[in-house]
Parts: sequence; structure tokens; C-alpha cells
Amino acid sequence: MKRQMIAQRKEYGHALVDLGKRREDVVVLDADLSGSTRTADFAKVFPDRFFDCGIAEQNMIGTAAGLASCGKTVFASSFAVFATGRCLDQIRQSVAYPRLNVKIVATHAGISVGPDGASHQTMEDIAIMRTMPNMTVIVPADAPETYKAIMAIADFDGPCYVRMGRSDVPVVTDEGSRFEIGKIQTIKDGADVTLIGVGQMLAACIEASEMLAQDGVSARVLDLSTIKPLDEAMLIKAAKETGAMVVAEEHNRLSGAGSAVATFLADKVSVPVHIVGMDDVFGESGESDELMIKYGLTPENIVESAKEAIRRRKA
Amino acid sequence: MLTSFDEETIRMLESKANLLRRHVINMTFEAGSGHPGGSLSSADIITALFFKIMRHDPKNEKWPERDRFVLSKGHCAPVYYAALAESGYFPTEELHTLRKMSCRLQGHPCKTKTPGVEMSTGSLGQGLSISNGIALAGRMDKHSYHVYCLCGDGELQEGQVWEAAMFAAHYKLDNLTCIVDRNGLQIDGATEKVMALEPLADKWRAFGWNVMEINGNDIHQVLDALERAKAHKGRPTVIIAKTTKGKGVSFMENNVSFHGKSPTKEEHEKALRELEGAV
Ligand SMILES: Cc1ncc(C[n+]2csc(CCOP(=O)(O)OP(=O)(O)O)c2C)c(N)n1
Ligand SMILES: [Mg+2]
Repeated sequence: MKRQMIAQRKEYGHALVDLGKRREDVVVLDADLSGSTRTADFAKVFPDRFFDCGIAEQNMIGTAAGLASCGKTVFASSFAVFATGRCLDQIRQSVAYPRLNVKIVATHAGISVGPDGASHQTMEDIAIMRTMPNMTVIVPADAPETYKAIMAIADFDGPCYVRMGRSDVPVVTDEGSRFEIGKIQTIKDGADVTLIGVGQMLAACIEASEMLAQDGVSARVLDLSTIKPLDEAMLIKAAKETGAMVVAEEHNRLSGAGSAVATFLADKVSVPVHIVGMDDVFGESGESDELMIKYGLTPENIVESAKEAIRRRKA
Repeated sequence: MLTSFDEETIRMLESKANLLRRHVINMTFEAGSGHPGGSLSSADIITALFFKIMRHDPKNEKWPERDRFVLSKGHCAPVYYAALAESGYFPTEELHTLRKMSCRLQGHPCKTKTPGVEMSTGSLGQGLSISNGIALAGRMDKHSYHVYCLCGDGELQEGQVWEAAMFAAHYKLDNLTCIVDRNGLQIDGATEKVMALEPLADKWRAFGWNVMEINGNDIHQVLDALERAKAHKGRPTVIIAKTTKGKGVSFMENNVSFHGKSPTKEEHEKALRELEGAV
């Protein structure tokens, strides 16, 4: 089946414009990347509520905090590598600690950034953002889910981080499905193993489940769009019912969503948790799909991990 | 010529600043830690703001039109808390709880815990950016409030301060005043030795700010500068307030070791005697 391919940031732009029409309190900041992050869509329609901060991410985050302290719902965007690491202390001190209503929405995360190379391919941002108290961390799987996630965080009072990639990614979620912060969506039921997809790796999980089905393995596929707070009940249920878990993410495997899930389950359910992610190395230039193959982020890698997890459960 | 303020107002504010200084000495002594030096140097500036210049209402803490104060140099929380308590945001008895378990008065200002605190600070260099956001929101919502941000001089070595300075000038935030407590000292010594700031006024001018230089331990000069800063249109104003670190306590004055050290029992008594004698 050929799936429609849409960049998530495109829907981010649309969502911002729709929000701007509905809500006076929405203010958007960017740091000289508005064309790429698509905050330019908002800037065009609401020039009085958009502020370019120039190439100064630390000041952007502080300014966002100040605006939020006056009741604004603030979206601040840049590439994920700059929107998190470059202004980490500002996020911690001025946004998370005072629990201000700032939405850090980052694009160009992960290795799929491609030719720009390792300087721009953040594989650490989920790790960084999920360690902070008061921070909600969301990684939508595709473009429609991105739109819904943006609407949901606008209605939620508190700091949020939303991560998306640069490239076009397959549409895998249902147009009609509901997005709720902190809730896992079951994409497909199954009994032998649970495949948990994060971001565009959800599409890979779905493909992997089809490959597994040919081998007679019934895989459950979950969309883990909220990394923090985790949908604990759903994770426990899946772990108990299938007895084998695989988390697939475009992130350093030591510290991302897989690590969050494994840590959570460690003292609750005795279950193998395998993580398909990037090894603890920096990326390099290349085309997105080439890099995903080279660094082990394919449906084949997920199938392999699933079989391994099932073997370990039986052992 | 200075804007005129009657003698009585000046005297009243001078004794208020003295009271805040005594609170600082008591608070840091009882806490056994904290930052007296920069609290004492900025006591006159904070007094002028809280007891004369700023429109604020402790009974209506979230009044949308209130003037805003951001203590960018968060380590000077003792003098900030003293001003908040004396204004009526919480009882002065609570000042004794500074830095103690389960208290509302954290070692550095915490927005979610302490009444009257506009923003959590403590990591230097961030307050001016926050003030930019507050000033911007005020302009968007057509509020008449003014935003005051107090920075340390050593703090200006943080790059973010200059990102924020650029932003404020670019967006012509004339409802924003930054006050620099130019006490000439930071932790490792004199600012000019550690990482030179001069020519400081020229730097701010080059960044597009209206610049004033005053004696920040002279209440009259502080009041005058704050009034003129508020009246200045089209650009943000920075007041470079020359002060003495540890001001008011002889053995703390210009003494870098009292940046972040509380007084001993003897020092505490001596400091109080000196401050009481000064009233
Ligand atoms: C980002 C950051 N780095 C280091 C510190 C530790 N620190 C606390 S106070 C201080 C010196 C501040 O000097 P200055 O800004 O001149 O303040 P003042 O003299 O008014 O006390 C330092 C380095 C900090 N609080 N934040
Ligand atoms: Mg200093």
C-alpha cells in the first residue's frame, strides 16, 4: 500500500494559523528559521503576534517565558538541535522551573535531517527534554497527528516540547482518531509482541508488523506520541499481554523513549524491552533513507529485535 | 538638575533602605548562608523601586497593570524578600525562614512559591530576556505598566544579556528599564580583572539603548534616573548605577569575600550596630 507522504512541519504551520484565528493569546517566536519551521505561515497572517528573535535562541526562550508569565500562549521554534541544547539552561530555569506556558516546537530532529550532517542531526533532544520536571514531551508520528498535537498543547497549560523531523513522512494515523496528551493509540492489535513506534518510526513498526505476520507472528503496534508523561496503564497492559516489547525511535538508544519505557517497566513487569535506535555515535551527511538504513532504523531492524525479544521471553 | 523629590520622601526612603539592609544582615546570619554583598549594594535601588517608583498592590498581587520587577541577579534574593515583606506581600516574620527546609523563601527567587516574585531566577543572564517578554506582552495588550530589570555587573558577561539587549532595542521596548548594579565586583574579584566590562556605557549605547550613569547608593539620584527612564520614549533605558558592594557595613564594603558568605555572630552584631547607628 502506498501511503501519502507529508512533512510534519507543514501541518505545524497550518495548525498555528488555525490557532491564531481562534485565539488572541497565541504568540509565536522564531530564531531566523521561520521558513523552515513554518512559523512563517503564522507570521504572514498575524504579523503583530510574531517576533523573529534573530539567531539568539537563549533570548528567544527567555522572551517566551516573559510573555507566558503575562498570560500568552507562546510557541517558540527552531531546529531541534538548537531549540533544546543551545538554550537548555534557559529552558530549565526560565520555563520548566516556573512552569510557564511555553511550547517549544522543534523541527529537523533526528538523523533524517540528512545532508546537513551531524551538527544538525540531534539524537539527544528527547533525552534532554524528558529529564526536566514539569516538561511534557510529545513526538507526533505523522502530519495529521502533528496538527492534533499542536491543538492539544495549546489547550494545555504548561511547558511542552514537540519534536518533528524535516522530511516527508508517511501518513499512518487515522484522520478521525483522537489525540490526547499522555495517551497511547493502539494502531493494531496483536498478541505475540508489542512494537512501540515513536515519530516516523511508527510507520516502520507498522511495516515490521506486516513482515512479522508473514512469519506467523502477531504484533501489536502502539503509537507512543507522548514520551512524558508515559501512558503507564497501556504499557503495563501491553507488557503483560504480549510479554515482549520493542521500542523504535530515531534517537540515541541509550536515552530516548525506549529508555523511558524500559526504566518504567523495570520494576513492574518482567519483560524483555528491546530498543531500536541509533547507537551512541554522531551521524553524518547522506540522504535521509540511506542514513536510516546505515544506522539501523528500518522495519527489518525492528523485525529482528522483535524476534529476539520473543526468543528471550521464551528462554 | 535632579527631578525634585521632597526631603521628607528622601529621608523616609533612606531609612527604609537601612531597614532592608538590617533585614539582609539578620536573614543571612540566621540562614548561615546567602549573599549579603550584592544585596547591600542594591538596597537603595530596590527601595526606590518598591517604595516610591513602582505601582503595585500587595493585596492584589496579579493586578494586570502592576509595574514588574525582575531580579535578574537572583542571588540577591535577601534584599528582594525584605522589600516584598515590607511592602506587605508576606509577614516580615517569615524572613527568618530564608533558605530553610519547606520555606517559601528559597535561596534564589521562585515564582511558584513566593508571593510577589515575578520570575524564578538564579541562573545569571536570563532576566533581561524575561523582561523583554513582559514588556512585549504589555505593549501588545496596551497595558501601561513599566518593567524594571536589575542585573549584576558581572552578570553582563553572559552572552544572553547582549542577545536580550539587541532584542529590546530592535523592538523599541521603551517600557523597559534595565538597572545595572555596577559594584565592580564579582566572585573571583574585580570585574575589570576577571573579564573587563569597560567601556560599559559605550557598549549599551552601541546596542541602541538610552544610557544613564548615576550613583546607585544615592536615593535621590536613583529616583531621578528611574523617573527619567520611564519618560524616555522610543528606546529602552539602562541605568548604570555605580554602587559599593556591601554598602552600609564597613567591613563588608568592597570586600569580595562577603559576596556569598553570611556574617559570623560577632560580625552580625557589629553590622547591626553600624546600621542602627546610621539611622
Ligand atoms: C549562569 C551562572 N553562572 C554562575 C553563577 C554563580 N554566581 C552567583 S553570583 C555570581 C557573581 C555575580 O556577580 P555580579 O553579577 O556582579 O553580582 P553582584 O556583584 O551584584 O552580587 C556568580 C558567578 C550563577 N548564579 N549563574
Ligand atoms: Mg558585581
